[in-house]
Amino acid sequence: MNFLIASSTEDLCELLAEDPSRQLLAGGTDFMVEVNFRHRDVSEVIAIDRIEELKQWRHDGDSVLIGSCVTYREIERGALSTLIPALAQSARTIGSPQIRNTGTIGGNLATASPAGDMIPVLLALGALVNVRSRSGVRQLQVDELITGVKTNSLREDEFIESVRVPVLRGPQEFLKVGPRNAMVISVSSLAMVTDIDKEYIGIALGSVSASPCRSTDAESFISENIDWNSMTVRSGAIDNFERLVRESASPIDDHRSSSAYRTHTIGVLGRRALLRIFRLEN
Amino acid sequence: MSLLEEGIASAAGVGISATRPDGKEKARGDFLFSNDLSAEDMLWGQTLRSPYPSAKIRKIDFSQALAIDGVHAILTADDVPGENIFGLEHPDQPVLAFDIVRYVGEPVAIVAATHPEVAKSAVDAIYVDYEQLDPLVNSQEAIEAAPIHPEGNVIRHLVINHGDPDAVGNITVEGEYEVGMQDQAFLGTESGIAFPSADGGVDLHISTQWLHSDRDQVASALNLPEDLVRVTLAGVGGAFGGREDVSMHVHLCMLALHTGRPVKMVYDRNESFLGHVHRHPAKIWFRHSADESGALVKVEAKVILDGGAYASTTSAVLANACCFSVGPYRVPNALIEGWGVRTNNPPCGAMRGFGNVQTCFAAEAQMDKLARALSMDPVELRLLNALKSGDTLITGQKITGTAPVKEVLTSLSEHPIPKGVKGDLLELPGGTGRTTDNSHVKRGIGFAASIKNLMFSEGFDDFSEARCIVVDGEVSIQSACVEVGQGFVTLVNQIVEETLGVSEAVILPVDTSIGSAGSTSASRQTWMSGGAVLKACEAVVNALILELQNENGGEYEKVGLNLVPKDGSDSISIAVALRGRNFDEHVTHRHLPTFPLDHNGQGNAHVSFAFAAHRAVVDVDQELGLVRVVEIATSQDVGRILNPVQARGQIEGGVAQGLGLALLEELVLIDGKIANANFTDYLLPTAMDTPPIEIAAFIEQPEPGAPFGAKGIGEPPVISSTPAIVAAIRDATGFELNRVPIKPEDIALNGL
Repeated sequence: MNFLIASSTEDLCELLAEDPSRQLLAGGTDFMVEVNFRHRDVSEVIAIDRIEELKQWRHDGDSVLIGSCVTYREIERGALSTLIPALAQSARTIGSPQIRNTGTIGGNLATASPAGDMIPVLLALGALVNVRSRSGVRQLQVDELITGVKTNSLREDEFIESVRVPVLRGPQEFLKVGPRNAMVISVSSLAMVTDIDKEYIGIALGSVSASPCRSTDAESFISENIDWNSMTVRSGAIDNFERLVRESASPIDDHRSSSAYRTHTIGVLGRRALLRIFRLEN
Repeated sequence: MSLLEEGIASAAGVGISATRPDGKEKARGDFLFSNDLSAEDMLWGQTLRSPYPSAKIRKIDFSQALAIDGVHAILTADDVPGENIFGLEHPDQPVLAFDIVRYVGEPVAIVAATHPEVAKSAVDAIYVDYEQLDPLVNSQEAIEAAPIHPEGNVIRHLVINHGDPDAVGNITVEGEYEVGMQDQAFLGTESGIAFPSADGGVDLHISTQWLHSDRDQVASALNLPEDLVRVTLAGVGGAFGGREDVSMHVHLCMLALHTGRPVKMVYDRNESFLGHVHRHPAKIWFRHSADESGALVKVEAKVILDGGAYASTTSAVLANACCFSVGPYRVPNALIEGWGVRTNNPPCGAMRGFGNVQTCFAAEAQMDKLARALSMDPVELRLLNALKSGDTLITGQKITGTAPVKEVLTSLSEHPIPKGVKGDLLELPGGTGRTTDNSHVKRGIGFAASIKNLMFSEGFDDFSEARCIVVDGEVSIQSACVEVGQGFVTLVNQIVEETLGVSEAVILPVDTSIGSAGSTSASRQTWMSGGAVLKACEAVVNALILELQNENGGEYEKVGLNLVPKDGSDSISIAVALRGRNFDEHVTHRHLPTFPLDHNGQGNAHVSFAFAAHRAVVDVDQELGLVRVVEIATSQDVGRILNPVQARGQIEGGVAQGLGLALLEELVLIDGKIANANFTDYLLPTAMDTPPIEIAAFIEQPEPGAPFGAKGIGEPPVISSTPAIVAAIRDATGFELNRVPIKPEDIALNGL
């Protein structure tokens, strides 16, 4: 196995253009496990964790531009956690401190796991992914990037440069069910974000379908039942909302959970998130 | 009277919180574990394992694998020099499979190569033609099913028939229970290195629990005399019973002898789960009956333990499960029937708690059921039936030692219950998942008690050898006792200080150049090897007194750490008197003999008993099925505390392991194959799952016959912590919950 070190994004574009079969190594928290288990054929690896510009983030106007090599740990704490609280909440649920110190937002997206913890939050927020190669930059919606279980639409010579995440003015919630109180793969997860000014509610689900997905029916139904001035929700709408959240899930049975439990919990998470953000109308 | 006989000691040394000599090294990552060993010119070993739970081996072709550059040897069953069979209690397992494989993970071939990756490639390149057979994976069906092994499927059938078979109380409760397959999940995976030696023998450095048992099994498989197989302890990263059986031992030695080079092996996590025995899954039926006062009249049980493909310690585990099935209570009449069976599931054997764990979970649930049926407080019911010294067990054995069950129960029930609710989302069920607010939480409290036999049982010749060597007053101790974290390394110094007044003793390398110390298991090493070291030190004192008497004519008396001449002249401390003198005392220590159980399961089969009780406080989010254990409090019968910090460590670790069985830890089997042989999905408790552990009381009643009066303390914490947690969840939810580990959906979807 050959190791190359990219020193800048331009350098990385060239290295990938030269030989698109080269694979990218950032935090390595999934990649190296696959290499060690011989589940991944690798001849040449490009380390991208030394590219300074990929490790930066900046707040400009109504959004945050996060470099793809920004770690979970950095998102979990500090300024980013107040700008995008649900993303920080999801970061906190990932692995151990060691994993969070090395794993990156770009890796979470590119790995495209159904249980990728940040993905529902980015979906609910309507984040955009900047994908780059020597031929230029493409901007993708998260659900355009992620195409299925552990598959993405990146071309071989492309890499994720950054993620543009809208900064909303309103409460956000990320809730995740797993059998352990920390360091666990999610059995189901739900992100709910709001924008009081735009009267927007975004809801997305993790681990209950082949890829994390929006719960658009539940979003539009509940939008009709929210009073944004008083931040209340009509009590008669809760049961139907919970049902719509459940119906947007299509979970599988596996050794981590039955599909019945995933379906049950995703509805409960939806209701609980809603009632944390909105009071029940009197 | 010696310390050993009087069972009581005083003064310094024993009883203090001695710090571990390896503690700092382990915390800093400097400790040399077995997988840190290496040698010049070393090859790497790798194992090809069966992918099927049951299959015939038609053909093995390794010509392509052998042609890979860097591959030095590929060996199969044909290459086993001696008996191709081994086993801890009874040899029934092939070193390398021949003709047939009986579980997923059974070793079929071994490879030595210049690099571990080359060895892996060679394993991948070996072609085995299997004819798959229908696997037998149901333990209940195994009793009657066609045998999957020449020795049949029933490894042991045990009946305990005690008292009046027709006796019955007015109040009867019945239940069926199930325990999943827990794993020891020690953090340091199996690893070792074997060196071929010029005399045709082999030197094996390996992390293990019992050097001499390893040596005997390796020698038999290699067809070598025992003195040509020398086993040395390498740094152990946890054991909990999972290193009692032979794993890579024979494979390493075969490859080293075949290639003439040192060979090292390290299992990765996945292979470790395949490469050692697990805790027996159990199916248990119980019927308890009591009179109206709550006094137990009769207990009936049927217990099936799934031993997997090979026997390992199934017989002894079954004996524990049955002998102690009723718990620490007086039961005048009992009919207990147990089966340890063979299936095509992964082999099961020793794990901390050793059979007591499974039946304790079920029996304690029964005691709570009975308390409800009687409208009695569960602690009161237990107190009413609590065993005491002089009482008779269901095996007919009278307890001659201490049995402070009442003291354990009372001290625990008097311990204050934690008050107040948690506020922060991260402290509530769901933890970092932020699922649960206070309004979703129900609190529950549960209580359970346990009994554990100490040391080996049923007539086993259980002994430990030790040498105390004095050279010019400097003391060295030799013993083959394996340190797996239990604290023998601190205890040796404490005993030397206590008996000789010498504060620093050298512990010589732990190897087979001295006789056996027995296994570091069964809560036995403090009693057995601690006892042997104590005896050896006392032998040195006696030899010193003899020497002084020969030199000076007069007689001496030992008073504390001094020798006092009877003629009234100045006394001299033992430590000072040892200066300039040399001694070498080699002793063997045995506990009192035990005897086999008769056809009714009656007999004095056990040596001594330790008791514990646990109280769990839990917060349950019933709608999501998530649990947060708020606190575990415990009282434990310890005989005497030799090292308080070490004792607390054993309790905290044991409780965490008991919590794991209650809520998290299970190897999930699908048609005999482990679906979660990794730490992503085999979930151990994290710091966020393990609550504060309160020690309500150490009950210190010195055990007669035990060195310093100390009972083993390593196993009780794991036994009743599990049922206490489950009882607390039942208290919060009202659900039966008859299987552990409890999955969130067992609660959330209960009755839906």
